[in-house]
Amino acid sequence: MALESKIPSGPIQEKWTNHKFNLKLVSPANKRKFEIIVVGTGLAGASAAASLAELGYNVTVLTFHDSPRRAHSIAAQGGINAAKNYPNDGDSIYRLFYDTLKGGDYRAREANVYRLAEVSNNIIDQCVAQGVPFAREYGGLLDNRSFGGAQLSRTFYARGQTGQQLLLGAYSALSRQVGLGKIKLYTRREMLGLVVIDGMARGVVARNLITGELERYSGHAVVLATGGYSRVFYLSTNAMNCNATAIWRAHKKGAFFGNPCFTQIHPTCLPLHHDQQSKLTLMSESLRNDGRVWVPKQKGDKRPPNQIPESERDYYLERIYPAYGNLTPRDIASRAAKRMCDEGYGVGETGQAVYLDFSDAIQRLGRKVIEERYGNLFQMYEMITGDNPYEVPMKIYPAPHYTMGGLWVDYNLMSTIPGLYVIGEANFSDHGANRLGASALMQGLADGYFILPYTIGDYLASQKFIPVKTDHEEFVKEENAQRDLIKRLKSINGKRTVDDIHRELGRIMWNYVGMSRNAEGLQKAIQMIREIREEFWRNVKIPGNDMDLNQTLERAGRLADFLELGELMAIDALHRNESCGGHFREEYQTEDGEAKRDDENYAYVAAWEFKDVGDWVLHKEPLVFEYVKPSTRSYK
Amino acid sequence: MSSKKLNLTLKVWRQAGPDAKGEFKTYYAKNISTDASFLEMLDIVNEELEAKGEEPIVYEHDCREGICGTCGMVINGRPHGPLQGITTCQLHMRHFKDGDVIYIEPFRAKAFPVIKDLVVDRSAFDKIIQAGGFISVNTGSAPEANSIPVKRENAELAMDAAACIGCGACVAACPNASAMLFVSAKVSQFALLPQGLPEREIRVQKMVAKMDELGFGNCSNIGACEAECPKEIKITNIARLNREFYRARFLSNVED
Ligand SMILES: Cc1cc2nc3c(=O)[nH]c(=O)nc-3n(C[C@H](O)[C@H](O)[C@H](O)COP(=O)(O)OP(=O)(O)OC[C@H]3O[C@@H](n4cnc5c(N)ncnc54)[C@H](O)[C@@H]3O)c2cc1C
Ligand code: SF4
Ligand code: FES
Repeated sequence: MALESKIPSGPIQEKWTNHKFNLKLVSPANKRKFEIIVVGTGLAGASAAASLAELGYNVTVLTFHDSPRRAHSIAAQGGINAAKNYPNDGDSIYRLFYDTLKGGDYRAREANVYRLAEVSNNIIDQCVAQGVPFAREYGGLLDNRSFGGAQLSRTFYARGQTGQQLLLGAYSALSRQVGLGKIKLYTRREMLGLVVIDGMARGVVARNLITGELERYSGHAVVLATGGYSRVFYLSTNAMNCNATAIWRAHKKGAFFGNPCFTQIHPTCLPLHHDQQSKLTLMSESLRNDGRVWVPKQKGDKRPPNQIPESERDYYLERIYPAYGNLTPRDIASRAAKRMCDEGYGVGETGQAVYLDFSDAIQRLGRKVIEERYGNLFQMYEMITGDNPYEVPMKIYPAPHYTMGGLWVDYNLMSTIPGLYVIGEANFSDHGANRLGASALMQGLADGYFILPYTIGDYLASQKFIPVKTDHEEFVKEENAQRDLIKRLKSINGKRTVDDIHRELGRIMWNYVGMSRNAEGLQKAIQMIREIREEFWRNVKIPGNDMDLNQTLERAGRLADFLELGELMAIDALHRNESCGGHFREEYQTEDGEAKRDDENYAYVAAWEFKDVGDWVLHKEPLVFEYVKPSTRSYK
Repeated sequence: MSSKKLNLTLKVWRQAGPDAKGEFKTYYAKNISTDASFLEMLDIVNEELEAKGEEPIVYEHDCREGICGTCGMVINGRPHGPLQGITTCQLHMRHFKDGDVIYIEPFRAKAFPVIKDLVVDRSAFDKIIQAGGFISVNTGSAPEANSIPVKRENAELAMDAAACIGCGACVAACPNASAMLFVSAKVSQFALLPQGLPEREIRVQKMVAKMDELGFGNCSNIGACEAECPKEIKITNIARLNREFYRARFLSNVED
């Protein structure tokens, strides 16, 4: 099967406009005849569902959460980018496009990234109209701040709760449509299987998490907006229930997986501080606006930070990357922190941490300003660590945070299964090998509000649909397959807990498929993942009943998928013999330890086709750069 | 901060289903780091139960950083536990002493029926929002963002109110199980912003009507909601809600 990216022809500035004109339309009267299933109510899913319902489609929405408002998008802190150029610092759609493409280390499609930048301004307009309380200047107009990987201020924010406010905006739009009867909302439902009929996605099988019942939902198209897969590392900044099940099950039904090894390790997270820890907490990147990152100049310096004089501190980001300083992109900042700690300069009990210091900023701006900007983040830090960051510098360390990889989609956001669309973090599309701060919220809302609602109409208008009801044999087959899987899991009755095995998988992923990778380690990881997968299927223990609210069973199903996905991530990382963005292969680095890309051989999207567990076929979608010539990504 | 280890006795509410009779059961949490969070402590107890083949305590959580509103239980008689201004997931074990006995129960309210153990059904909150907790603006029809200036002070107050995470602690804390703090937070956010004005009257009336219909109690100005709210949503929002409600009633009577 050949990958067709469906990128429209013509100049980049006109591609999307022309494409929209060329898309087939569904008449208002006909929209009522179509049923669209949206799985997920994060920024991407909620915005898509609301927009589709407003257009007149009938929408069925599923989420495993008890309320759509709890989707993981709620936790995004720092902000959302747009090319408004309100601060008059020279921003433009083209510059946002350029920064995002470069930030992604030239492993994304030009046309997609340009479109993202193009619709970014509409997003801000939409959210403001919904009543999202963005930060404002005294004159009443919107305020902006800067974020990693950009030399200007284009980030809109609502204190340290931007994701919350944007999601509540999308949630209110969705709720309005629920009230109007255009959206049927099913909460506490976990999609387990995709139903494909005559090669087209026509429905899903989901488990009712309260009763344990398997339920069937049919439609003319299915949209997955189910978020990222960082929880494959066990410890990550993601919410505890984030998982890859929806996309992974779709992958096994024929949807190719794009760039699975492109994962982002975020530089400013709380370090691991005790061995019973369940997750790592992100400290928003916006903190790097005013915080300065440093380590002692002397290895193993155990003095408390306030007793280390200025002259004995190494502000290494400012030293190595003077142009961007503390605002270097995430991949670079993360690796620099790791390098410092590996070389013995790390601080704290474990030596696996660096300082993020606000004392200069507090002196310059006053405590009140800092409190206004970051109050809730500081409070959160103190809550968790017991330390007061107004007085002592924060300790931070990188942690798994975001997955650029995801299901492969074409320019219309459709996967390799006709009628299956994938939006938000769940797809692979716009961030290449590294995502810039404040651009995931932008992408999720771009996909949901402004792209999918157009492109899905073209598909619906151009297909012949046979009527399908949920008693169709493919639904019966899929439901039975899911029931068998649950029975199989329940019947193992071994000795190890789900989390115990998940932690072991996480350690393998972090050690060998994490911040820096090499061929030998990756080969070893593949072997180890296979072994732990076997161990899981032989020795996991799941108490309780499957026809009941059973959280252990939920976690077991998700872990079963991570145990397969983890292997594909390692295979992908092993095949990509270059370093780019978040994918750092130790064999491919410059003399000063920076990532060395290989555009001649690896300027493509790796799209993996599933054959069997442990058996994948690689397809390549070449990346063509007509506007921005890939250059060495320098932030010095 | 240096960490220590704690041994604790837990009295946990176990209830097999909505109609089952619940009861407190005793568990022991051993060797818990003072650096661990309260939920990590429960994880450890649960993992031990799982290893023994027993059903773990069912409780809800997700972000574990105080923003999603999923977690929530009554700890020693207080929603979200003994500290002010935080959620259950933000509570850390350094606030407990070795040997403590800790009582853990679900949020209790008529409008929040228990599903299992510590899990309750809070979908009534969603229904209130569906009734009117929004600004009606279709995708694509929004004007240029800076064409709607907002007084900074109002934007800040709106943000204060919008910080509500929908956890339901206010309802659980209230002897009347009133949802006024939750509803007032949403009504206030929109009443303070110019974007919210066109639907100002209808919104408050619909939300209040839905709240009454769903079996939440009346507000009698006790203030327990504000005291237990993890986001410190101010009770002054309830005063604003009342003003908005009577204003809307008055105006709609005039229009009739
Ligand atoms: C701590 C943190 C801070 C962040 N800060 C920022 C920031 O400041 N700026 C920025 O741009 N980005 C930020 N990000 C990234 C950004 O928040 C996410 O990439 C984005 O919100 C993902 O949105 P989404 O809609 O794709 O998925 P999510 O919000 O994760 O939603 C997934 C939805 O899918 C549902 N779901 C999943 N699987 C199933 C299934 N099998 N069945 C049924 N339902 C299912 C869930 O219930 C949920 O509703 C941050 C991320 C983290 C972890
Ligand atoms: S008002 Fe406070 S206690 Fe009530 S739901 Fe909102 S955040 Fe929770
Ligand atoms: S788990 Fe999200 S607020 Fe506690």
